[in-house]
Formats: sequence, structure tokens, C-alpha cells
Amino acid sequence: MVSGLINANPVVYEKKERRVRSASDYVDEYAVEPIDQQEVFDILSASLILMPVNLTIVIVRYTVMIFERSIRDIKDPEHPYSLEELKVITEDAIEVNDERSYVRVTFTPTVEHCSMATVIGLCLRVKLMRSLPSRYKVDIRVAPGTHATEAAVNKQLNDKERVAAALENPNLVDMVDECLAPTYG
Amino acid sequence: MAEPSQLTQHIESFVDSYRSPNQQAASLDAIASLLKNNVLTIEKLVREMDMYLTTTDDVIRARGILLLGEVLAHLASKPLDDATVHSLIVFFTDRLVDWKALRGALVGCLALVRRKSSGGVVTANDAKAVAQSYIQNLQVQLLAQHDRKLCFELLECLLQRYPNAVASLGEGLLYAVCEGIDGEKDPHCLMLTFHIVEVVARLFPDDLLSNYAGELFEILGCYFPIHFTHPKNEDLDVKRDDLSRALMLAFSSTPLFEPSAIQLLLEKLSSSLPSAKVESLKYLSHCTLKYGVDRMAKHSEAIWSAIKDAIYTSHEPSLSLAPDSLDGLGFQESGFLSEALTLLETVLKQNDGLLLSRIIDDEDINLIFNTMTNYKNYKNIPLQSKLKLHAVGLILSVSAKSSTASCNKILESFFPRLMDTLELSVGNPSQTQLPDDNHVFTDRLNHGALFLSIELLAACRDQVAGSEEFLSESAPAHETCSLLLKNFSASLTKAFISTLATTTDDSTYGADIYFGVKGLLVLGTFPGGFLIISKSIFENILLTFTSIITSEFNKTSLWKLALKALVHIGSFIDRCHDVEKALSYMDIVIEKIVSPASFHDFTLPLPLKLEAVSVIGASGPSYMLKTVQGLEEAICANLSEVYVHGNPKSAEVAVQLLECYSNKVLPWIDEAGGYEEVLLRFALNIWNPLENCSVFSAQVHENGLLDATMKAMKLAVGSCSVESQNIIIQKAYNVLSLSTSFPLKEPMSTIPVQLKGLKLTQERNSCYSRDVLIHSLFASVIIAVRPQVHIPNLRLVLCLFMTALLKGNVAAAQALGSIINKLDVKSTGTEIPSNCTLEEVVDIIFSMSSWSFDDNGLSRKHGGMNNESEMGFPNICRGVVNNKLLQIHAITGLAWIGKGFLMRGHEKIKEITMIFLECLSSDEKTGFLLPEQDSSYDNPEHNVHLSVAKCAADAFQVLVGDSEDCLNRKFHATMRPLYKQRYYLMMMPILQSLIVESKSSSSRSMLHRAFAHIISDTPLSVILNDANKMIPVMLDGLSELSNDISDKESMYSLLLVLSGILTDKNGQEAVMECAHRIIDRLIGFIAYSHSTLVRETVIQCIAAMSRLPRMRSYKLRTQVLQAISKALDDPKRVVRLEAVKCRQAWGSIG
Repeated sequence: MVSGLINANPVVYEKKERRVRSASDYVDEYAVEPIDQQEVFDILSASLILMPVNLTIVIVRYTVMIFERSIRDIKDPEHPYSLEELKVITEDAIEVNDERSYVRVTFTPTVEHCSMATVIGLCLRVKLMRSLPSRYKVDIRVAPGTHATEAAVNKQLNDKERVAAALENPNLVDMVDECLAPTYG
Repeated sequence: MAEPSQLTQHIESFVDSYRSPNQQAASLDAIASLLKNNVLTIEKLVREMDMYLTTTDDVIRARGILLLGEVLAHLASKPLDDATVHSLIVFFTDRLVDWKALRGALVGCLALVRRKSSGGVVTANDAKAVAQSYIQNLQVQLLAQHDRKLCFELLECLLQRYPNAVASLGEGLLYAVCEGIDGEKDPHCLMLTFHIVEVVARLFPDDLLSNYAGELFEILGCYFPIHFTHPKNEDLDVKRDDLSRALMLAFSSTPLFEPSAIQLLLEKLSSSLPSAKVESLKYLSHCTLKYGVDRMAKHSEAIWSAIKDAIYTSHEPSLSLAPDSLDGLGFQESGFLSEALTLLETVLKQNDGLLLSRIIDDEDINLIFNTMTNYKNYKNIPLQSKLKLHAVGLILSVSAKSSTASCNKILESFFPRLMDTLELSVGNPSQTQLPDDNHVFTDRLNHGALFLSIELLAACRDQVAGSEEFLSESAPAHETCSLLLKNFSASLTKAFISTLATTTDDSTYGADIYFGVKGLLVLGTFPGGFLIISKSIFENILLTFTSIITSEFNKTSLWKLALKALVHIGSFIDRCHDVEKALSYMDIVIEKIVSPASFHDFTLPLPLKLEAVSVIGASGPSYMLKTVQGLEEAICANLSEVYVHGNPKSAEVAVQLLECYSNKVLPWIDEAGGYEEVLLRFALNIWNPLENCSVFSAQVHENGLLDATMKAMKLAVGSCSVESQNIIIQKAYNVLSLSTSFPLKEPMSTIPVQLKGLKLTQERNSCYSRDVLIHSLFASVIIAVRPQVHIPNLRLVLCLFMTALLKGNVAAAQALGSIINKLDVKSTGTEIPSNCTLEEVVDIIFSMSSWSFDDNGLSRKHGGMNNESEMGFPNICRGVVNNKLLQIHAITGLAWIGKGFLMRGHEKIKEITMIFLECLSSDEKTGFLLPEQDSSYDNPEHNVHLSVAKCAADAFQVLVGDSEDCLNRKFHATMRPLYKQRYYLMMMPILQSLIVESKSSSSRSMLHRAFAHIISDTPLSVILNDANKMIPVMLDGLSELSNDISDKESMYSLLLVLSGILTDKNGQEAVMECAHRIIDRLIGFIAYSHSTLVRETVIQCIAAMSRLPRMRSYKLRTQVLQAISKALDDPKRVVRLEAVKCRQAWGSIG
């Protein structure tokens, strides 16, 4: 187990422009705005902005539990960037088809051996399951060629049974919830 | 007299450690107040306490001494004689030995040492004795936190108040300080220790201190950078920043710390923690100042490379040439970068020669200059090089700005090289006209060089503007710099202009535009008259911008930037009172863009033109007057064109001009103040064309000209003083009295109502006659005047407005409301016969009976079926005349009149409210006659009825709501404090009982409508008081309103009130009582398809409910989550996003 950050010096990318809400919203009251790429992306990034932070804290806490290390060494995470800034998820990596109720998210772990890949993937899946209409089928994938055990991770993330089983593990659910929790204060 | 036994009791109760802290504190206070009131003397107290102070029982002795100490702390301002103070301090000094009872001794010493000079203080000798005892007896770090804090406070106090006495203790004290503060961790104590170090360093001579400096710094250095792990929610009054600041002061307290401090700071600068880097830079600039030139000289190389690294690496990677801003460099400065720049500036100011030569000889910088050819096109520069380029720009700009000499030096060494890269030749400075085409810029100019030269020019400009001496021509200091600039200004200008001229397309040449405009702007805002930038160059710059404004409006970003640059130049000229430049600016810019003649030129689209005019006009008062004049003339010309010839094109133009005038110009005039004659002239000028015109075309008013004119008129009149308003109203009255339909007879007691014209289908065109125009304009003057203004022939005016009101002229109704609102109760104008009191006005309005006259003009009393009294105004509202349109007009009018009454707090409002309520529930009566059937909805009779009731319900919105059009502060309305609250309190019981009693569904829905109007305009705090009663009614109201699409606005405002209650702490209790009902209802509205806003707010309300206590919310959880999951599939995006948040909030309850 490592006590420091798994990737201490990540490359940070620029954030994309957000859709601004126009002041004069006198558009057709009854027009339908289909769910699109950017919206799914917003759902993910809105709650995952602090995910790496929460993730770090959670990981550290578990580490501490195991090794009973002194909490004194744990500082604020040194790079509190969002997954967006780390380019773990980009808008282009999201594929949405509203008519066919289908969404596929391809994410890129920061380093090849990122042990967090399954956790990040699970968080993404849970977030989408909770935020999209129930008619949607969600597909989460690791970007090809970015992870050492790509196939295994993909299989794990999209196996209904295994996801369901994972969500029955209270520890794991707690961890996911903590990662997805909004910040307090 | 205090009984001795009572005193003993108090002492015992304090000393007894089994008593509660409250009891102890109470007895302490009692003893202190006895002493304060001279009932008890200190001596007597000490005698009384004798046993407690000397007993061998440690606990009791400790409490006893603490009592004495605390009592002294309470007596800080009570005068004590020297002998007492002396004996007390000797006692406490002595007790410092007693570590078992130390707290009391510390408190006592501190209380005595802190005493103000007014009432007996400790002598220097005694203080020295305290310090000595402190050194000998106290092992600070062995004590508990609170005792440590007391120790440090005592030491700090001694050092500050008895510096000489304490300093004479020499090394012993220094040793004690080192020992005491070593390893301290508590933030409060740290604040004190840092300060102690600072004071000590100041107090002791260098030779003594030098032995201990190393040791002291070793202790201090451990704390850098301050790392503060206290959670934020812990209410600690010491912040990280305070600590950091205190430590910084301690660091810089003596130059003796220099060797170790600078080394430590430079070391930490290379750390990976961003906060440590920022701190180091901040400390470095502070210490540089304090340590002095000589000591810092040897670090200059290290510091320079540190600064360079910092600037090179500190940019935000999002580097873009923000074309919207001409002010900054185009990227956000991080805290790190700004600290680095501050340090650079500090070092430069302190020792410019050394660092300057380093900068000039720096390899990296020279590398950039040597490879300038790589930076040909800004777009193609790779990110890393772009960062470097910007960093060099920053470094050069900061160094040039730091002093005149460095400005010269930097410019001298870098500017010519840039000019070479740009292939600019030296223009002849004596040449008055622009250099002819001695050089044609065939190629695109090098962007890197352009960027750096603009940075340098801007820095040079700022430096010059900061120094006074420059303004005299003979100043030798600026020789080099000004000579260089003079030589190159002409060709540079030409280069910038050519950069602009070659741009063809917005997107690809963004950088070109930015550089061109920014360069010209910098040259155009060079201070010092025409000394450096000659007149012809300056005018050429202005001409370039102006021609861009007038002709190149297709290139949006270029146009915007040019406009901004012109505004900058304008406000610059205005700021430095440069008369010659102001003349040029007036001639070229203002004349071209703002002059009235230019409004006839339609090459530039009018909205853009108006934007330019308003922005440029705002850049200085002198331009503003010119602008206002131009605009005004254009408005008048267009208006008379409309009135005389009925030119619809002019009407369109006039509307835009008027809007610009009301939205942009009037706010400036108000802000600037003192331009009342402008407003007066404007108001009169609008009336002028009306006076002369006799022909009038009706169609032109369709497009909102009347509204725009009225708005401008109201605003202009509203900002005038009483005198000007009197003049305007007189003028208006004159025009009015010339109008044909004005009744020149004696004031009538009846209203002529042309019933024939009032068919249910309103004929619009007939309404827009010349009379309507004049009446409305007159009404807008009346709306805006101050209460003191005299309205001529008030009776006639009232009649006129009543007539207009019944014809459906809302402005007339608003004017009536304003008259009623502002009229003095005891009329001041008794000497003027036509003026009347409020009662008379009320009388006139309410007792006037209606007349009708037919087309033959023969007046006769209307209606064979009704007698006169029934035809009064209130009865028209009640619908006695069988003409619903008339009734609706009357009700609308009455609402505005009622608003006038309501705001001044007049009793009449009750009567008016009753009329409205009658209209609301009049359905009740008919409801009995026609039993309600589904078919009744198709009944036209019923529909008409509904529209009347609806109008009455909306009257409440007029009554309570704030109006932009009239009766507000801008238009000098009389407002009784809390009038809304009073009305709310009056209306709620009535409405509630009416709602309960009402039997027909339509009247109930109308009552709910009225209820919604009142409640949504009442301040939330009042509603919160009886939220438990209001919430059920509001929920019913929401259900009622959700049945009719046209009520979605009211529904929305009602929901806003509900969400206010839900989120307020005071509303929680009421919400908890009926949480279930609220959720049930709200869930029903999630699918409300007519308004996105309603759905969004409903979901927000539900999300707010998740914060209820868990025992309440948990039961509702399943229900809510089910309902919300449907909203996740809402057609609108905003609703879905809210639903996601709401789901998250409720989901996390489990």
C-alpha cells in the first residue's frame, strides 16, 4: 500500500467552457430538449469535481485503518483537480443516444496501472444510474490502450451481477457514496 | 456595609473547588464589585484571605491566590496607591516559585503589569524583579496550554511596557525566551511567541543578539511555511493568515536572521507545495525590504533565478488572448505569479543596478529575442513558448515600471532589437505629417515582437505617467526613452494601423486585431501632451478608430475593441485634463460619431450606433453634454417628423433613440448631478412639436413610440427639481388646453362617456388619437412630479383623467393614483382657488356620475333604468351599467387609484378593497341563479363574468406589487412604512374566510388568485410569522391555480414564497407539521407541463425539504424518490439537472 498519491504529478488540462443559461429563456415552453453529451458530462462533472479529493481521503482513511498510521502525515490533497481537469473524462468520450436510451462513457485512468480504475468506473456507473431516466442502458469503459488490465476492468464494470454484488457490499457502497457526496460547507 | 461573614462566604465559595464554575464566577464578581464600590479595601481583603493564601494545602492555596489575581484583573481601571501595588507585585513575584499555585500568581502579575498609568502602576524595579523571577522559576514548556499562554502574555507585556528594565537582564532573558518558545504548538501561544521574538529582536543590541540569532531562527524556522491543520468549523479566532503574518514579521525583525532566513526561503521555494511557494515569495519580498541592500546583494543571483523560475512556471495553462479585455495581459494572475512580480519589483526598487544588468544579460531572455522569428504568428506558437514569451513580457514590463532609470535601461537594450525584428525604420521626429510610404508592410508583422513592444510601451507609459518630472521638456532623466519613442512612434503607429488594415476575417486574425488596437491604444494614451506622440500621430490614431467604428461594423470583435479603445482614450484625456488632446478628440471622435447630423447617416446600423454613442459619451462629462445634445436633437427631429408627416420610419428610429436616452443617458445624468437644465430642456423639447402639429397620423404609435416617449418623459421629469417641474407642467398644461377635446367650460360633475365606442371588441385605431397621445404624456408628467408641485386646474385635470380612465387609458389611472398619493392632506395651495384638498379630490372621483353623449353631441343623462346615484364611479366598477368593458376599465383604474391610497395609508383603501371583493365573488350571486353546469363554461355571459372577476383579482397585484411605471421612489411617491405588511394583516383573515365560504369553484379560484397576488408581494418575514396557517391555504391555492394555464405566473410566484418558507429557519416548525401534505401536493406539480420554471421550482422545494429532521423526512423518502425518478426524464434540461440534485439530496438520507 502506498500512503502518498498514486500519481503525484498529474498533467492538468484546461477546463472546457460551460453552457451558460441564457437570460431570455422565452423559448418554446413545450419543446423537448433531448439528453445530450454535454448534459451527461455535466451530471458527471458536477458531482465528480471533488471525487479525486474524496477518493484520496477515502483511500487514505482505509490505509490508515489497516496500517494504523498516524493521521498527522496526511495533508490536504496536493492536487485537488477534478476528473475533468485531469482528463479522466472528457465530453467527447461520452456517447449518448436519447432516442435509443443508450449512453456509453469511456474514461481514461491517469496512469496505466491506476488501481483506482475500477472504483472510478463504479462511481461513474452509480452516478449515472441515479441521474438518468430508468430507460437508459449505461455502458462504462476504460479507454482502449490506457490501462494495463483493460479487459478485466471493462468486464467487471459491465457485468450486471458483479455490479449488483458490489453494491450489496456496504463498505463499497459507503465508499462510492463518499466519493459522490457533495462537499459540505 | 458588607458583612464580614458575607465576604467570607464569597471567598469560600470561590475557593471550594466542588462548587460549580457559575457559582465561583458569581462570588468573584461580587467581591470585585465590593472593591470597586469602595465597600471593601484590598488590604482588608488580603487580611481576610490570609489563611487561604498561605495554607499548605496546595489546592486551596492555588484557588486563594487565583482569587486575588482574578480580583485584581477586574480592577484594572480602579486607582490603587503605590504601596499596595508594590506589596502585591512583590507577593506575586514571590509566588512564581510556587509551581503548584502558579496560575494565580501569573494572573496576578499580568493584571498588575497591565495596569494603566492612571491608577498606580508597577515600578521599573518591580518589573525587573518579575522578569528575573520569571527567568529563574518558570519552565514554560512544562506547563499546560492556558498557563503557557499566560506566561507568554506576561513576557510580551513586560517587554512592551518595561523595555529598558527588562533589556538590562541581557542574555538571561534571551535564553529564557529561546527556551520558552521552543516547540510551542498552540496557535494562540504561537501568535504571542512570534510577537515576542519580534519585540526582542528590536529591543536588544545587535552584538548581544548575534549570539542568539542562530538559535532563535532555528526555533522560528520550523514553523515555516505555516501549516494549519485545524478544521475550518472549529471556531478558532486565530486564522492561518494571522499566524503567517506574525511569523513574517518575526522573520524580518532583525537583519541578523538574514543568512539562515534567505537560505530557508529559497529552499522552500523549490518545494512542491504551492502554498509554501507563495509564502516564500511573500516572505522574501518582506525580508528584502527589512534586511537592507548590503545584506541582500549577495543573494541577488539566487533570488533572480528563483523569480524567473516562478514566473516561467506559474501561468495558468489557459493562456488566451482575451480579446474582450484591453486592460490585462489576457490571462488570470495566480496568487503565486503576483507574489513573484511583487518580489521582482521590490528587489528592483531596492537595488536596480545589479538586478537590471542580470536581466539584460539573462540568457533565457536573450534567447527569446534571438529566436524571435519563431514567433511570427501568435496562433502557431506552441504553448510552452507562448508561456515563455508572456513571462518575458511580464518581467520586462515590471522592470521598466520600477523606476525611471531602469525604464531607460530596459528600453535602450531591448527596444531597438524589437524594432529591427519588425523592420521599422527611424521616422523623422520633426516631421509633422505622417511618413509617406517609405516602407510598405508587405509581410505580416512578427507577432512576438509586436507583443513585447506593446508590453514595453505600456510599461514605459505607466512609468512616465507616474513621474512628474517628465512633463517638463528638459528633463534629462527620460532622454533615452523619449528619444527612442519619438523616433519610432510614427513608424510604429503605421505598423499598428497596417496590422488592423490587413485583417479581413475575425476568427483567424484575432491576435492581429488585438495587437493593432492595443498598440494604438497605448500610443494614444501616452501622457505629456504632444511631447512624445505628436499631434498628427495622435489624430491619426483617433481617425483610424473612428473610421473603424463608422464603417467596419461587420467585424464584430474589431469594432468592439476599437470602441473600447476610444472610450479608454476619452477617459484618459478627461482624467489628465489635456486640453489640446481634448480638442482633437472632440473634433474627430465626437463630431463624427455623436453629432446630430450623423444620425441621418444610416450606413452604421442604429443599435450599434447607439451603443457607440452611449459608451463614448459616458467617458467624460464634456463628451456627455455633447452626446446628450446630439441625441436630443435627433429625437426631436424624428418626433416632429412623426407628428407632422406620420413617417413610420422615423417612428422606428425615434423609439430606439428614446430607449437609449432613458436607459443609458438618464442614469449618467442622474449620477453626475447638476445637469438639470439638460433634463428640463429635453422635457420641453418633447412637448414643442406637439404644440404646433395639427395633423396627426394614428398608425405610427403602434410600435411602442408612445410608451418609449412616456418612459423618457417620466424619467426626465422625475429627476428634475420642483421649479423645473413647475415649468414643465405649465408647458404641458398649455399644450393640453389647446387640444380640441379639452373641456374649457366650468368643471363638470359628470363624466362624458362615449358608450358607443366601447364595444366589446375594442377598436384599436380609434384609441390612438392625438388626444390620447397628449393625455398620456400629460399623465406621465403628473406621475413623475414631486408632491410640492402645483398642478394647475386640478378639478379639470381630474375630470379629464377620469374620462380617459373609463376609455381604458391606464396612464391616466396611474396619474390619478399619483395625484391621490402625493396630495397634501391640508392643501397648501389655499390661495389658489382651483386647488383642492384630498377630501375634495376623493369626493370628485367617487361621486362623479356618468354621462353619455351620443354622436350628435347632445348631452343627456344616461340610462332610463338607473337613477343618478347608482351611476357613480364605484357602481360602474360593481357593474351596474351593463357594459363589461367599461366595468373592466373602471376596475383597472380603481386599482391604481387604490394603490395611491394604500401607499399613503389612507382609510379609503378599505372601501376600494370591498368593491374588488364584491366583484370577485359576484359570481356567487349569479351562481345561485344559474346552477353550475359544464355547459356554463361555454356560455359567453359566464366568460365575460370571469374576465371581470379576473380583472378584480389582478387589481390586487396592482395594489401590492411594486410598479416600475409609477408610484415608486423614483417618482417621489409617499410611502407609509410597512404598508404592505398592514395590508396583508388586514386582508388575510377576510380572504381566508371568503375562500372557506365560497361555494362556486370559479369564484374560489379567483379568490385564490387574489390571495396569491397579495402573498407573493408581501415580505417573507411577515408570512413566516403565521406560516402554519398560510401553508395549507397556499397549497390549496397552488392546486387551484394549476388548473388554468394563464395562472402559471401567479403559481410561480406563490411557489417562490413557499420555497422561501421551506428554506428559512423560522419556517421549519410549520413545515414539519404538514410535511406530508406539502410533499403530496408538490409531487403532483412535478408533471405540470405548462411552465418549466414552475417544475424547476417545485423540484427545488422538494430538495429543500430533504433538510428536515430525519424522523420526518425518512418516511417520505420512498415516495419522493419514486416521484423524482420521473422528473429525470423531463423534457427540459434545467429540470432534469434539478431532479438529479434533488435525488442526490433525498438519496443520501437513507
